[in-house]
Amino acid sequence: MLFTSFEFIAFLAVMFLLYYLVPKKFQWLLLLAGSYVFYAWAGPHFLAYILTTTGTTWLAARWITRMQAEQAAWLKAHKAEMSREERKAYKAEGKKKTRRPFLACLLLNLGILAVIKYTDFFISNVNGIFGTDLAFMRFALPMGISFYTFQSMGYLIDVYRGKYPAQDSLGKFALFVSFFPQVVQGPISRYDDLAQTLYEEHPYDHRNISFGVQRICWGFFKKLVVADRLLVAVNELIQNPADYTGAFVLLAMFLYAIELYADFTGGIDMTIGIAQVFGVKLVENFERPFFSKNTAEYWRRWHITMGTWFRDYIFYPISVCQPMLKLSKASREKLGQALGKRIPVYLSTAIVWFVTGLWHGASWNFIVWGMLNCLVLIVSQEFEPFYAWFHGKFPKVGKTFWYRLFQVGRTFCLMSAIRILDCYRDVPLTFHQVGTIFTQGNWGIFADGSLLALGLSEADWAVIAIGVAVMLCVSLAGRSGSVREKLAAKPLPVRYALYWVLFVSILVFGAYGIGYDASQFIYNQF
Amino acid sequence: MKKKRFFTVLIALCLLVGSLWFLQRLLMPKYIHDIIEGRLISEYYDNAGGNDVIFVGDCEVYENISPITLWEEYGITSYIRGSAQQLIWQSYYLMEETLKYETPKVMVFNVLSMMYDEPQNEAYNRMTLDGMRWSQSKVDSIKASMTEEEDFLSYVFPLLRYHSRWSELSGEDFQYLFQTKKSFHQGYLMRVDVRPVTSYPSETPLADYQFSDTCYEYLDKMVALCEANGVELVLMKAPSIYPVWYDEWDQQMEEYAEEHGLLYLNFLDLTEEVGIDFNTDTYDNGLHLNLSGAEKMAHYFGKILQDTYQLPDHRQDPEVAAQWQEKADFYHAMEEDQYRELEEYGYLKSYGGRNPNEE
Amino acid sequence: MEALLDILKELHPEVDFETCDTLIDDKILDSFDIISIITSINSEYDVSIPAEEIVPENFNSAEALYDLIERLQDED
Repeated sequence: MLFTSFEFIAFLAVMFLLYYLVPKKFQWLLLLAGSYVFYAWAGPHFLAYILTTTGTTWLAARWITRMQAEQAAWLKAHKAEMSREERKAYKAEGKKKTRRPFLACLLLNLGILAVIKYTDFFISNVNGIFGTDLAFMRFALPMGISFYTFQSMGYLIDVYRGKYPAQDSLGKFALFVSFFPQVVQGPISRYDDLAQTLYEEHPYDHRNISFGVQRICWGFFKKLVVADRLLVAVNELIQNPADYTGAFVLLAMFLYAIELYADFTGGIDMTIGIAQVFGVKLVENFERPFFSKNTAEYWRRWHITMGTWFRDYIFYPISVCQPMLKLSKASREKLGQALGKRIPVYLSTAIVWFVTGLWHGASWNFIVWGMLNCLVLIVSQEFEPFYAWFHGKFPKVGKTFWYRLFQVGRTFCLMSAIRILDCYRDVPLTFHQVGTIFTQGNWGIFADGSLLALGLSEADWAVIAIGVAVMLCVSLAGRSGSVREKLAAKPLPVRYALYWVLFVSILVFGAYGIGYDASQFIYNQF
Repeated sequence: MKKKRFFTVLIALCLLVGSLWFLQRLLMPKYIHDIIEGRLISEYYDNAGGNDVIFVGDCEVYENISPITLWEEYGITSYIRGSAQQLIWQSYYLMEETLKYETPKVMVFNVLSMMYDEPQNEAYNRMTLDGMRWSQSKVDSIKASMTEEEDFLSYVFPLLRYHSRWSELSGEDFQYLFQTKKSFHQGYLMRVDVRPVTSYPSETPLADYQFSDTCYEYLDKMVALCEANGVELVLMKAPSIYPVWYDEWDQQMEEYAEEHGLLYLNFLDLTEEVGIDFNTDTYDNGLHLNLSGAEKMAHYFGKILQDTYQLPDHRQDPEVAAQWQEKADFYHAMEEDQYRELEEYGYLKSYGGRNPNEE
Repeated sequence: MEALLDILKELHPEVDFETCDTLIDDKILDSFDIISIITSINSEYDVSIPAEEIVPENFNSAEALYDLIERLQDED
């Protein structure tokens, strides 16, 4: 069920009615049932994967918590008679015991993800290197496997670290893993953020539901009016790389940036809005990323829950593990403070970005994409002293609107340029295409009507332009607080008129359905 | 306070529904100047009742028989419920629907659509189904007709189907928002121009000539429906040269008619008796008859219908005669106008003719 | 405490670490800074801060960070 399908809207309507009709204590159970219906819709056999992850993680986490509790109780009871060293030894021993189920569960689930997602990538590389001809496995990817695996593993790690105790109820934990609005595309929630709001009773709250519906509509607008309409041109440009070089590549970069933004943030708006309709508060996944002034900031504002997941569960542990600390010490001694300090940080950054790239997709273009992001981050970190010097010398420049606009534009261009790697999905081709931007010089395409040959008419471009302008205005307004709050303060006719405009523009200007082409209706021969 | 809120919401809802309804009307194709076939089905409702003969089928009925001639020569009242590429289940459900409005003495089904056993084309579905008024028959017809890409909901709310017409709205869409135009003569689409047959189709052999079970199932349902309502069912195959009507198919229809005691007329074998001359009686090289051909067909077929089923001559009934006089006047006025255009422009400029100079 | 303040000052000379208690919440310290701080603390105090202790509450102010160091030293 796609979010933008009639079935899903009907499913949502039924869920909504039931949710506020059933006794409040059963609400979470209804969400669980709905989530499994939603998941099974994609193919009942996929349930096996999510059930495996749910079951093993639930068991392992409970086991770990029970051992931790036993150890703590034992320690408390025998505190007086133990020396500090003994206590330390006992703790270390205890940690070791919990590590076994932890690692077993972690490796099993990451293993499933790795096998399903990366086997073919591995085979293709083996074939490429050794000239073998191994057959691809072509596993069907279960819906949202990367997302729910990461969400569950985050929970497992937190329990292992003793951040919170494991969830006793299998049903409640299953809901945390499979909650239908977010299972397909995130956000990757943390258990301690979600648990409370997911399981508690939710009385009918008109305002909350109205806000949720508004958010869903806004997501629909971004996705149907802007993203899906733009997709036609983006696909045309990307699927025929030989025909569209030079300035067209630049065009593809920017159009893809807009398309991806509208599609992804629109989808997340729907997700968060749907959850809100059910009274569940999800964490934000985007914070106006295209207003970022540098790459590091961009990655703190784009796909936030993925970024923080990688930071908390990969970047930090790698950076502070004993070998890395030793490396840090050694490099500081050998290379001097300034340089030595940076080497371990950069090394962990590189590892994280390698994994992030791999997470996005099992192919080299994503890995190169990750490494380029890493490179940009490191280079801008290295430029830090230069910027400091520059701003020290010209203190006024940095504070002007134009300079900030320059920073935002620079970041947007840089990120768009790197992102083009996941368009062509082929590293040499991407570099070749980008190269033609500088050599071809076909800048005339922006004025000679070439844009109208990409599958979009003048009217389509007008809709996209207006849609982007509206998105920009909403983003600008959102900087100083919730747009929906501001709207709620407006007089009723204004509010209703705006809702009407939003709803009708989705209905009329959305790129959905079969699409009208007068020539289909031309009567011939029958 | 609560009351006030209630009324506000009520008014807002009314405005919303009203505006959506308006938008839907605006965005649905009007089929006024182009592809007027899209209007065939909906025109029936103004003419329902009092028809002794109902023809159902695809273009082989609505372009090949003139009900006005049936009236003028035999006093037979008739209506053609035809539409472009009407599929057999659509014909069946149209019969079913028609029986809610009137009970004719005879229903004639054109058997060409026996060759299609599954939904063919979304656009043609639309032209047959959008014009129908809501009834169980329409619901069933939609369900039987939908191609994989279609959604039932978009028939309930055609706005969901036609929303992207916003960029192609024309004056016609505004002018005919709340009215429509009368273009047909009891479901007959008139063309007076001539384009003779120049070649006959080569009969590419088929792997399998057997009509599918689905089609027979609907044919059986038609037989049962007519029987239950005391209506005589007649099967016909119009004298269209394209698409090919294979002998093997004809054989099956012969057998079916015999088995069920139905009259089956294959006019392809009767062209001489009817008097059809493919040099003068077709406007598109033999796909469809023109007015001259359709009148010849009515002349011949009407005699058979009247003789076989003792259809009453309504010309003596002054009330019916007055109604039909109006229809006949409209018919002859259009005939005259078409000949005038033919003379003036060399083609049927406003009746869907193709400008020979543009080809 | 002095040594800790030196470490912090070196990273962000413009911040008043003695009073600021929203180092994470206001995004003054980013993840690069945090790792730099942890490695510096490691060589200065000889405590290793494990990943699970990298939470906003422990890094929002110099004082909280110092408490963390003391606690970890104590545990050792």
